Amino acid sequence: MSETKYWTWHMAAGVVIFLLLGLHMLVMHLGGWTHLFAPFGGEAVSRDNSLFRDGKLFFTATYILLLGVALYHGLYGLRTILFELTLKPAAEKAVTFILLVGGLGLFGLGTWAAIVVHAAAAAARG
Amino acid sequence: MADDNKTVRDVKFHVTRYNPETDASPCVKTYTVPVREGMTVLDGLHYIKENLDASLAWRFSCRMGICGSCGMLLNGQPTLACNTQILHIAETQLTVGPLPNFEIIRDLVPDLMSMFEKHRALKPYIVRADEAEVNDPAGEFYQTPEQLEAYLQFTYCIKCGCCMAACPTLATDARYLGPMPLSAAQRYNQDTRDDGRPQRNQVTGSAHGAFRCHYAGECSRACPKGVDPAKAIQHLKRRLVLDYLRLARRKKACQKLHGPGQGQPPGNIPAAPPRTVTPSA
Repeated sequence: MSETKYWTWHMAAGVVIFLLLGLHMLVMHLGGWTHLFAPFGGEAVSRDNSLFRDGKLFFTATYILLLGVALYHGLYGLRTILFELTLKPAAEKAVTFILLVGGLGLFGLGTWAAIVVHAAAAAARG
Repeated sequence: MADDNKTVRDVKFHVTRYNPETDASPCVKTYTVPVREGMTVLDGLHYIKENLDASLAWRFSCRMGICGSCGMLLNGQPTLACNTQILHIAETQLTVGPLPNFEIIRDLVPDLMSMFEKHRALKPYIVRADEAEVNDPAGEFYQTPEQLEAYLQFTYCIKCGCCMAACPTLATDARYLGPMPLSAAQRYNQDTRDDGRPQRNQVTGSAHGAFRCHYAGECSRACPKGVDPAKAIQHLKRRLVLDYLRLARRKKACQKLHGPGQGQPPGNIPAAPPRTVTPSA
């Protein structure tokens, strides 16, 4: 039954990724048309516009959320592929452990980076 | 050389031969079979055994697509030898091999035990919560035609193993439960008389259970009885997720009919014709 839990969250993570990538497209690639979250004009990826978004708590939260769901979705998919190599049960446990530790490590690093940048951008903005 | 006036043409049977006790690996032997109209692959194998090579081994029983014994790989497709006419699949050459994804006992005889062990683990029978009713049945259980229709297709499985042989996931993951056991689980999960779904969910929702299926659909294409195991597995997945999220609708309990006469047959069924033969005493 545990696989049901992992698989359900894998699907849910896919839906969240779809929504967040939609937001990413709207802000980053359709920015010239929508002018969403790009108050300084020009390219959405310009330094001023990027710092403006980094200073917003909403964007910091979505970065962390996207990182979490993308890591979970991708690493669970990788685990599925690896399990089809007819691994021994001990090897399957090792793969799960390595992916879990690696995923948590990457999530921690990314979250720390997003929070530090947010704090710096908010301080710069005053 | 054909020895029958009705022979349409000679077909070369390239048959996989293997005896694990004496051979290091399987090899292919070729036999020429005079083929008549309507002759099945099973008939061709009988011809070889009776006229060309008595040592050839395969498994068969009913010869009419019911018992599921003669599943084998014909021109690369897993199917029943008794259900396949030679002239429908071969011009002059026909390859005959054992079902893949199984150990070979000998020649064309696969060892189906791994499939039946997985099948048994999924409790392929009606599981009742009321123990007393199981031990001492007090009546019949009524099902509507719609309730029957929900699982009827999956009851047609004859356990031939063709779906297991066609499954690409099973080819790489020997512990994957496979299409036959999973569709059997779905058959009983859908049955309104059954209370065993939580027990089966423990197995179908495991690491090598229903979620390993990639929906290649080869099982449904190979099934000689039209069971559509791929559909059963997708239903099974949906139900597992709904059960986990506690969103599944409660199955309407089957109505139990106590004693004879309570199940009223529909009025539009004509009476049976009179007996033409009187049974002997």
